[in-house]
Amino acid sequence: MEQQLSPAAIDEPAARGAVVAPPGVVARTVHGLNRYLREVGALLWKDLLIELRTRDAFVSMLVFGVLSLTVFNFAFELRADSVALVAPGVLWVAILFAGTLGLGRSFSHERERGSMEGLLLCPVDRSSIYVAKLLANIVFIVAAEVVLVPVFGSFFDVSILKPGIVAVIILGTIGFAAVGTVFAAMAVNTRAREVMLPILLLPILLPLIIASVKATGLLIDGEPWSATWAWVNLLIVFDVVYLVVSFLVFEYVIEDWG
Amino acid sequence: MTIDGGVGPVPAVKLEGVGKRFGRTNALRGIDLEVWPGERLAVFGPNGSGKTTLLRILAGLTRPSQGSVSIDGLEYRNNGRSLRRRIGVVAHHPYLYEDLTAEENLQFYGRMFGLAEIQPRVDDVLRRVGMERRRRDRVRTLSRGMQQRLAIARAILHDPDLLLLDEPDTGLDQEMSARIGEFLEDERGRRRTVVLTTHNLRLGVEHCDRFMILARGRAAYQGRNDGRDLAQLEELYWRHGAAA
Amino acid sequence: MSVLGRAAAPQRFPSIRLRPLDLLGLVAFVLIAVSMGMALLYAPTELIQGDPQRVFYVHLPMAIVSYIAFVIVFVSSILYLWKRRIVYDVVARSSAEIGVFFTTLVIISGGLWGQATWGTFWQWEPRLTFTFILWLIYVAYLMLRQAAQDKERVARFAAVLGIIGFADVPLVFASVYLWRGIHPEPAGMPQAMATTLFVSIAAFLALFSYLLIHRIRVDRAREELDEMLATVED
Repeated sequence: MEQQLSPAAIDEPAARGAVVAPPGVVARTVHGLNRYLREVGALLWKDLLIELRTRDAFVSMLVFGVLSLTVFNFAFELRADSVALVAPGVLWVAILFAGTLGLGRSFSHERERGSMEGLLLCPVDRSSIYVAKLLANIVFIVAAEVVLVPVFGSFFDVSILKPGIVAVIILGTIGFAAVGTVFAAMAVNTRAREVMLPILLLPILLPLIIASVKATGLLIDGEPWSATWAWVNLLIVFDVVYLVVSFLVFEYVIEDWG
Repeated sequence: MTIDGGVGPVPAVKLEGVGKRFGRTNALRGIDLEVWPGERLAVFGPNGSGKTTLLRILAGLTRPSQGSVSIDGLEYRNNGRSLRRRIGVVAHHPYLYEDLTAEENLQFYGRMFGLAEIQPRVDDVLRRVGMERRRRDRVRTLSRGMQQRLAIARAILHDPDLLLLDEPDTGLDQEMSARIGEFLEDERGRRRTVVLTTHNLRLGVEHCDRFMILARGRAAYQGRNDGRDLAQLEELYWRHGAAA
Repeated sequence: MSVLGRAAAPQRFPSIRLRPLDLLGLVAFVLIAVSMGMALLYAPTELIQGDPQRVFYVHLPMAIVSYIAFVIVFVSSILYLWKRRIVYDVVARSSAEIGVFFTTLVIISGGLWGQATWGTFWQWEPRLTFTFILWLIYVAYLMLRQAAQDKERVARFAAVLGIIGFADVPLVFASVYLWRGIHPEPAGMPQAMATTLFVSIAAFLALFSYLLIHRIRVDRAREELDEMLATVED
């Protein structure tokens, strides 16, 4: 395995030019401490630009999310008396299903055009691919939530736009995307990839789902922030654990792609 | 860093006993190969003979099951990043994003390769492949031949020492194939090391210094291009390549 | 190495004499028989739950064994990614299969026990919920192994899931307990009960080791067969 982030491995004038003088224009390379951020920036710029042009992930997540909310409305015959009981669950199931759809798209254009191999051929730290994809996925899911959550609030007449609830949604989204990005990269390289992603993802996410639903429910009921502390703590631990673990293992998922 | 105490030249590509097994099939077996800096090697062989696997191993995309690979005397295991910086690859896939323009694709790869002055390099390679006028077109709207040109521009963007071309002329019309030939001639002047796989024996005989014929994962024939003509090469190919 | 040379090596073919593995199998069998006898005849009847409580002597040891199995999956997943030796993948896969098998039995025995004491097969009781979520994670692990092509990639993906899945265990544990509130742990048990439980745990550990080693041997044999076929091909 390649050594990562060790300064020795980064700059190697090495054997280049020892035998052949580099021909023509010598492509000089930029080094420095911010090169990692530069790589992440380039990757993120590429993903955001493509999404801005195609709106692939955003539109599919949004439509699917609104459809889920509609289906829940009829499935549960939601009325004022029952809404409070199931509302948090409805919201999180809609977010998770829509988000899973968006995560599933995040590597499909890399695979269909073989461009992931193009990335693997670049002299970049491979974890930067994870960081960029994770950030892109968080941006896309949050963008869908910005529309989906108010729609949920007005559909079911729940006052949802409280700072606490927003914080819980963001914490939940980070953990969701942290694991989801790794599994999306795996699932796209398996048979039946559309099915594989939720099968891998949902069991792992159960602690996050339990914590998010509980915390959201308590806050909708008007409980103070302190009452949700145990659940918010669990969410933070989940996020930290999976940001670290995913960052470490992602490299093994994308080696030998294609 | 010096190799062998800095004494003597180092091959640009050196394979020793390289094999690759997928499950119960051997894609490559016991390949030994040396390519010297500035040489152009053509690899021939029928479909399924292991050409692509060989190139993928050279590009560091696939680990060999046995044997060792070194590029400029360095192995991938500890030098992945610095090796990737000096290798350019044109594969079956163009490695381009359809919803970005030709220019944006090159700018993206320029940033990924950490080039200091991206725009002059992008202009330069676009000119070389004759695509300046299509630079603002999205890749989606480009023909197969145009996409292949852009893929070549992408591969030489960072001015690699070693260029790997996997059947660069497959699926292209006569005119585009001829352009690939011109491109290889041009590379001769630039003293870049080139490894090329192709079904087109003419391309190899006209523009390469050495041949290798692969048959069922083995190097059935290796030799220099010492003024051989196409008919002789065809005879060799049928004897070694198709015999298996 | 020649094919004949390999095949002729004596340890490749089981002979009649008792190998250490057979001995382990025998020990496991005897211990299981003894522990079943003790659970049914020796251990006293529990005062509140009555005879159904005897399920406990298989339920708990199997749960312990499956947790151990998942720890082994985790450790060998790390070792595989680190050392890239196929044997670690074989250990991880074998352990996961046996772990899922025992977890399934834990859930069934837990259900039967629940049927007898609570009157319902399934309760979202924290321990049972915890085991059930583990079961889902490792069933997904086995499904992933089926869904990925190319042996090397299967091993790599599975190892990644083996690590991610195990990192979830404490989180699942914390969440289900927070979710239902903490249950009072049963107070001390009589000596006879403890002894029976102890023997049962030993018996299931022996059985687990036997199954695991056996499974690994079968897989390694298959691995060697693949290698031989690749060598003799053409």
